[in-house]
Amino acid sequence: MARAYAMELEATERYAQFAEQLDTHNNREVAQMFRKLADVEALHAKRILEEMHWPSMPALPPAYAWETAEGPETAPFDSMHYLMQPFHALEIALRCEQQAQEYFEDIAAKTAPEKVRRAALEMAEEEREHVRLIRDWMRRVPQPGPGWDEDPDPPSTTE
Amino acid sequence: MEPRMNAPAVVAAPAAKDFKSAYKPVWCPGCGDYSVLAAITKALAQLGLRPENVAVVSGIGCSSRIPAYTTCYGFHGVHGRSLPAATGLKAARPDLTVLVASGDGDGYSIGGNHFLHACRRNIDLTYIVMDNHVYGMTKGQPSPTTEPDWSSKLAPGGTGLREFHPLVIALASGANFIARAFSGDPNGCAALIAQAVRHPGFSFVEVLSPCVTFRPEQREWKTRVHAAPVEPTDDPGRAARRLMTDDGFNIGVLYQGSRAPYRPAGGSAQRVEDLECQFRL
Repeated sequence: MARAYAMELEATERYAQFAEQLDTHNNREVAQMFRKLADVEALHAKRILEEMHWPSMPALPPAYAWETAEGPETAPFDSMHYLMQPFHALEIALRCEQQAQEYFEDIAAKTAPEKVRRAALEMAEEEREHVRLIRDWMRRVPQPGPGWDEDPDPPSTTE
Repeated sequence: MEPRMNAPAVVAAPAAKDFKSAYKPVWCPGCGDYSVLAAITKALAQLGLRPENVAVVSGIGCSSRIPAYTTCYGFHGVHGRSLPAATGLKAARPDLTVLVASGDGDGYSIGGNHFLHACRRNIDLTYIVMDNHVYGMTKGQPSPTTEPDWSSKLAPGGTGLREFHPLVIALASGANFIARAFSGDPNGCAALIAQAVRHPGFSFVEVLSPCVTFRPEQREWKTRVHAAPVEPTDDPGRAARRLMTDDGFNIGVLYQGSRAPYRPAGGSAQRVEDLECQFRL
């Protein structure tokens, strides 16, 4: 559960960083979307604390102890594009939730103590629910058309 | 028992976020430098340092914006001159942890000569070069590490020039610690930076940090990087053979020497007034 909590915290931080990046580049709509995603992840983290009756974050192994470069629910920095649309933000979130689900399923499938296995299965179920919610959300936002990343005045133009 | 009035206050060690300033980076979304900034702040937190005991010095370029984004002391210097400024600072204030941030244009081209002599002096600095093989800030000119056949509007057909090999140069010039990191792995990058800071003498960390605007193909670096298949060596001969046959994507500590860092005679004991005397007309 400590790992689940760390995962949610890292995801919160990364979405907040993405929101800042897009604010700077005046893509307010997607910045707002990332801010919402950060709020959702923060809520998940808070819920874990409450469920575990932890007053604060427990001692954790170092963050880089993840088997992958970062936590399974943390989107890589290079996912971003300054012209991205809300649908793209949700695509990123979908990938992260799917990775989190797989992470917990993997723990449950491995020979872990029964208590750990049960907790991992519960977390996997929760992540599956998040995947479903994000898919619903994606149906409600417009899909980007071809050439969404074409900029009539691109920053990379050489004078 | 009542607490004593003069009991020292318990001050919590700063977390990574405590090293981030209120200024928001203006790099392109997707730029590797965001990740390097995160890695630096994580490394400083892991080392248990406090912002007031750290200085970040830079030159000019996208990567050189980093000092403003931290809460440490910062000096955003002139193009290619970050190392002389940092050398002076460390000589005068050996108590500070001094990090130097640069890019492949700033650090290897106009700052190339300073790079050689900083390695040679082996003063206790950590030099972090964010290498994206291009001058990003000035719109995509080829840099010393650009591949000879990289064709662009500004260099049609490519430069045809052989790339600079910074790690080999660093070793030949006397750097005491040489590592390569990848921005796509901020936690691994933080661990390498922390190791570099701990290592005495001139520590050089080359960070492969993709430029998504002018070199979008560098997004593929994440499929090419791999952990160096060897343990760090303190044998310069062995390190030279490794680095000369390196594919450019080995990540890890590649050389860890044991040369004593340079410390100026007199250290920081000289008073400013005494130094001023020498310049009085």
